[in-house]
Amino acid sequence: MTIEELEQIAEAVRQENAKFDYEVNVCMDLACASQGSDKLRDALAKAVEASGKNVLVRRTSCMGPCSSGPLVRVDPEETLYRRVNAGHAEAIVASLGGEPVAELQCDLNDHFDKQVRVVLENAGYIDPEKIDDYIARDGYKALLTVLTEMTPNGVIHRITESGLRGRGGGGYPTGLKWSTVAKAGGDLKYVVCNGDEGDPGAFMDRSVMEGDPHRVIEGMAIAAYAVGASKGFIYVRAEYPVAVARLTAGLRDARRRGLLGNNICATPFSFDVEIRLGAGAFVCGEETALLASIEGKRGAPKPRPPYPAMSGLWGKPTLINNVETFANIAPIVRNGGRWFANMGSERSKGTKVFALTGKITNTGLVEVPMGIKLREIIEEIGGGVPDGHAFKAVQTGGPSGGCIPAEMLDVGVSYDALLKMGSIMGSGGMIVMDDTSCMVNVARFFVEFCMTESCGKCIPCRAGTAQMHTLLTRICNGQGTMDDLDLLVNLCGTIKETSLCGLGQTAPNPVLSTLKYFRDEYIEHIANKRCPAGVCNMEAPVEVMA
Amino acid sequence: MPAFIPPPLPSDDKRWKIVNGTMRKNGFARHALIETLHTVQSSFGYLDDDAIRFVARSLRVPLSQAYGVVTFYHYFSLKPPGKHTMTICAGTACYIKGSDKLIAAAEKRLGIQQGQTTPDGQISLMTARCVGACSRAPVVLSDGEVSGEMTREQALEQLERWAVE
Repeated sequence: MTIEELEQIAEAVRQENAKFDYEVNVCMDLACASQGSDKLRDALAKAVEASGKNVLVRRTSCMGPCSSGPLVRVDPEETLYRRVNAGHAEAIVASLGGEPVAELQCDLNDHFDKQVRVVLENAGYIDPEKIDDYIARDGYKALLTVLTEMTPNGVIHRITESGLRGRGGGGYPTGLKWSTVAKAGGDLKYVVCNGDEGDPGAFMDRSVMEGDPHRVIEGMAIAAYAVGASKGFIYVRAEYPVAVARLTAGLRDARRRGLLGNNICATPFSFDVEIRLGAGAFVCGEETALLASIEGKRGAPKPRPPYPAMSGLWGKPTLINNVETFANIAPIVRNGGRWFANMGSERSKGTKVFALTGKITNTGLVEVPMGIKLREIIEEIGGGVPDGHAFKAVQTGGPSGGCIPAEMLDVGVSYDALLKMGSIMGSGGMIVMDDTSCMVNVARFFVEFCMTESCGKCIPCRAGTAQMHTLLTRICNGQGTMDDLDLLVNLCGTIKETSLCGLGQTAPNPVLSTLKYFRDEYIEHIANKRCPAGVCNMEAPVEVMA
Repeated sequence: MPAFIPPPLPSDDKRWKIVNGTMRKNGFARHALIETLHTVQSSFGYLDDDAIRFVARSLRVPLSQAYGVVTFYHYFSLKPPGKHTMTICAGTACYIKGSDKLIAAAEKRLGIQQGQTTPDGQISLMTARCVGACSRAPVVLSDGEVSGEMTREQALEQLERWAVE
């Protein structure tokens, strides 16, 4: 495969698509598929055949605003239809060339206007199972450019220049990580993609793996060239069967095209990727636990150093990045590091994909430049809280994150700003809560999660989360005392400082942030034995976790 | 040292050949343990003692380590599933939208706790950490099929349909 051959494939796809007068794109991502978008696509194909019109019906990945699904976009007009079912197929096909179907048309300009799409640039435009569709949108161009025109150091320099930071939540500078692995000795190195999206409420990695699998594969191959690795693993949750199937098919197609395997693009560079299935353990999102799991062991984390960059899989230097990080690589190589660094805030560059869920009008995936205000995401892009309820908090960062109250919404989103507010970026889940949610109950929910997901290796996390859970349950049941609050704060500090891995170190975040911003709710539970949101059952017996 | 000879298949059930195939593909390497257990679970529905013993011996992994891995990961089940499985997502977005009430209603209707199967082996009630369909919360999987914005009534109706089968 050469750049010319790649261009020929792209041109062939473009010519093929140009034969059609219209393109009808049907979103078939999980949310739309669960509402019958597969039947809708079949009905559209049938209606097209019956009409004799020259129309391409394409299956695409997530278009974003899932709450309006199933979604259909008609090109070249870019007319977006919402809540479409199979019964609407004939009307849509009949409207082609005339006026759009008014009752299905949706105006989501507010939703889309503030978004900038880098990671999701292909979402809604390609068929995820067709490698040629990806190639037609500049896919694998970055890989071939890198292999034929750039040195490994040049690639690392470009990534460093972009200011990209790890999208898995930690925010470690990607370029620095790459150069550490590149400098590590040894002839065998690994590249690992962390697709163990364990944060409940986050699904952007699933969407990227399912919707644009080649973007991840290309990012990994570029990384392998830069750090000198020859073997890669993608670690995916077993709960994402579609992602596994799409990645498996993607790897097969990339091998067939000579984009993976030995001597890629007639250069000395060889690289191949295997898929490893997770088995439902949240702690495996932690890098050392993930590596243990790939080795077929229990996913228990190890103390660092040594960092995986020096001693990772089977003791070899290993580069481990998140799905979204790898998804950013190809555009950065294509457009240059400065292009990426021009987006975002001072210390958080580029864009970030967020999964907007909970009590918000437009749920779904959004991609915004870093530094955008939380208020813009929630009120403008998300359309605010529905049904006349009042906004109470937004929870970011999954079970390790914190709850951010209304008065902090004018803060710009960045790794550092979120950390300052007592939360974290995490993988990018954003769960909006309204006045029907009890913050003490929510904190208890997250602590229960961390308690059951604690691997049990270190005591602060294993025993500490259980004690936090007991205290919070006591407060929720109206049997807490004011001393319990001090005890909680104390306990949180100990767990934070003495736990072995990220799970324990961040487990107190939901408790500390709700204690900081919603202390009055805790006090109401303790002093007046009343749950302001009416969620907690004050008569329930307390079960003490030993 | 004599060459390692893998143990014979536990029975002539064809599914063991699929399991053996996964191990052979990985050269009977120890790191294939989780992959192999996945194959066993997808072929047999769960992992019983015989299966764990067979896999451990084939991969030369101590039985304690194999059992440790099986019990560490939530995805692996030591009990056979019911004829039908309802999985209610208990992720954050689903919880905020009331999945705890769905779980309570289903537990009451079936007379079992989450993670259990009805005594007649008809229905298993499971919870999931997050299935990634958060935008349609609360989400329920009925025999693997995803339904979003589930109400208590819809969930109970589904259980009713399975119960009368």
